[in-house]
Amino acid sequence: MIPEIGQFSLILALCLSVILASLPIIGAYQNNFLWMSMARPLSAGVFVFLGVSIAILAYAFVTDDFSVKFVAEHSNSLLPDRYKLTAVWGGHEGSFLLWTFMLSGWMLSVAIFTKSMPLEFVARVLGVLGVLITGYILFMLATSNPFARIVPLPPVDGADLNSALQDFGFIIHPPTLYMGYVGFSVVFAFAMAALLSGKMDAAWARWCRPWANVSWAILTLGIALGSWWAYYELGWGGWWAWDPVENPPLITWLFGTALIHSLAATEKRGVFKSWTVLLAILAFAGSLLGTFITRSGLLTSVHAFASDPTRGFFILAILGITVGGALLLFAFRAPLMKSEFGFDLVSREILLLSNNIILVVSAASVFLGTMFPMVYQGLTGDLISIGPPYFNAIFIPLMALLTVLLAIGPYCRWKRTSVAFLVEQMGKVALASLALGVVVPLIVTFEFSLVATIAVALASWIVLAMLQDIRNKTANKASRLKGLRSLSFSYYGMQTAHLGMAVMLIGVALTSAFSTERSVLLAPGQDVGLGNYVFRFEGAAPINGPNYVGEEASFTVLKGGEAITTLHPERRVYLATGTPSTEMAIDAGLFRDLFITLGEQKEGESWSMTIYVKPFVRWIWLGAIFMTLGGILAAADKRYRRLRRRHTEPSREQSKSKPLGGELQASS
Amino acid sequence: MKPHRRKKLGIIIFIAAGLSVAVGFTAFALKQNINMFYTPTQVAEGEVGSGQHFRIGGMVKTGTVLGATDSLKVNFVTTDFISDVPIQYEGILPDLFREGQGIVAEGEMDANGVFQASRVLAKHDENFMSPEVKAALDASGASAENHSPVATN
Repeated sequence: MIPEIGQFSLILALCLSVILASLPIIGAYQNNFLWMSMARPLSAGVFVFLGVSIAILAYAFVTDDFSVKFVAEHSNSLLPDRYKLTAVWGGHEGSFLLWTFMLSGWMLSVAIFTKSMPLEFVARVLGVLGVLITGYILFMLATSNPFARIVPLPPVDGADLNSALQDFGFIIHPPTLYMGYVGFSVVFAFAMAALLSGKMDAAWARWCRPWANVSWAILTLGIALGSWWAYYELGWGGWWAWDPVENPPLITWLFGTALIHSLAATEKRGVFKSWTVLLAILAFAGSLLGTFITRSGLLTSVHAFASDPTRGFFILAILGITVGGALLLFAFRAPLMKSEFGFDLVSREILLLSNNIILVVSAASVFLGTMFPMVYQGLTGDLISIGPPYFNAIFIPLMALLTVLLAIGPYCRWKRTSVAFLVEQMGKVALASLALGVVVPLIVTFEFSLVATIAVALASWIVLAMLQDIRNKTANKASRLKGLRSLSFSYYGMQTAHLGMAVMLIGVALTSAFSTERSVLLAPGQDVGLGNYVFRFEGAAPINGPNYVGEEASFTVLKGGEAITTLHPERRVYLATGTPSTEMAIDAGLFRDLFITLGEQKEGESWSMTIYVKPFVRWIWLGAIFMTLGGILAAADKRYRRLRRRHTEPSREQSKSKPLGGELQASS
Repeated sequence: MKPHRRKKLGIIIFIAAGLSVAVGFTAFALKQNINMFYTPTQVAEGEVGSGQHFRIGGMVKTGTVLGATDSLKVNFVTTDFISDVPIQYEGILPDLFREGQGIVAEGEMDANGVFQASRVLAKHDENFMSPEVKAALDASGASAENHSPVATN
């Protein structure tokens, strides 16, 4: 009975979404105050009913209701409670419900935190989101109902959650990634609302910026969590595999990064208006593409859900209708978006433009590499795959170029910067970073490595330029501290995110250049050396977990003859499915990770295993954390809050040029 | 031409030039890194050129997995139920590698007709069969349901 309430609640949410998708948008056209003002309560309603739905699904998991098909397929009575709860997103149906619920959460936030914007605009934003969520809920009810029952004979016990998912990473990675992903729907809705209203001034860009920054920050964190999880769970020591399902979040992220930079130029200088709208559409399309690839079963990947083709067609239809409709609207409205063109060839605008070109080209080449096998198969029937070397060959040079420009960007002024000024400012920085690039790796590793030199030089280039810029900006203040306090949150946000880029760069380059690994067969008491470390295998003993049995090996790690740590990798067999699973043992450190994967028991007591030493690997995710903080800092800037308190000065201005609807916002 | 027009044109040319270079490099990199996929039958019929890096997919033939006792070398045979191809791999196999399970291996054929795999992939979701393995079985006319306990979808 209770699961049926969940489904009923889903249907109620659908009814509300249909109203939300129509009335407020029509109301905004006809200037119908009542209809427009329904947008906020309707969004709240959708949120509540979807919340009830997902809570009931979680309840079905916790109470082991195996008559629900989705629960029977993804849970087991032995599963620990925390995984029962999170098994809600352990398969296609439930994870899509989570995705939809996340969107409704964003809608609720839009309803709450947009008090300063004109009601007409908010009605359009929520209306567009209503269209999306209608599509999602329809999709769920039509093809992937999480509440479907097994009748007449439910199984006694469930099939268990995929053992690779029974991990802390699974608890946090999918929700974070989805939240970031879906956040770009909000940005998309802002762009659509602006297109619908025909008011393509800087106001929408200013309203949109905090939302874009927050979505971007969360997406960054979500991708990084996925990378971190893959690193310690999949057991091959990699942190990024160019897997077809990893790529769409990256594509979205690249478009999103281009977008937050382009939004800055649109807001401050009124340039690149149509380009910014296009990027908002592309970022959103990237997020839908991710859903499509994961759920259509078209690609071989560790992420793909077992699936049926109707789902793929349905998502493709949603993608076609929303993105196609958006592009059509864009084509109609593009002539309205006249950008001013008052800037020189050396100016911040040009650097932001270069940033955008590099990021969009990167996104496009990742997209090409991801989709090419599918298209090729469709055309010729031959199966192919595109290997990581393709992505590395394209991506690494582009990112290197991006980092070079990244340090110059903050120096440049809007409209015009004199080249002499840049040379004066950046010359010393360039020399110093080159010197650091050569010297630092030599001191640390006693060997010359081109990769390390380039990476350290580029990272120093970013960091030194940043310090210099902060010094310039605080030079004329009474005291340094006062100067530092006078700088805005968005400035600090930008610099923090850029610092994150430098940190990540160091991590990526040094891990790739200096990681070592060794696959060996060891009997108890034997040891093996790798780098400066000696790993001694002490033996293996059986263990019993709540829903698995297995063996745990013990290692002592020695450095210079002294024991520094012990490691305990495991090999598990999950009882419900009989699935084997390896649990890595990692000794994490800021400058290196030690990492052991257990293979299998061979003759006698000896085991096969792979041992890794991975320098600086943590810096990859540390960099992502800096970026996330940067995005959130920028979104927390005072001027957005000031905007909220005061009554919408920018929209007043434009209401003069707009015949209708301008006066209503005061009442909101 | 007005100065701002000229500037605009300059920027457009700059973008266009940048894009064409990017497209050229991308196409080149793409061409260099395509791995073709072959079924065991195609390999047996000699469709693969020597020294070519490719992917092969099929089921792990029951009773063929032989691990060396003193090293990490593993030998097994992959099959599409028409032809068999022996595979050698050195390293730790994925968790879900089992006899009767579908796998995809990446590598090249050596002079003795043994596929030297540099990577072996097995799916994490046991209900799922890789489209590549499925295609290999479809091509050989062997329906997966008849042979495999894993293909339940």
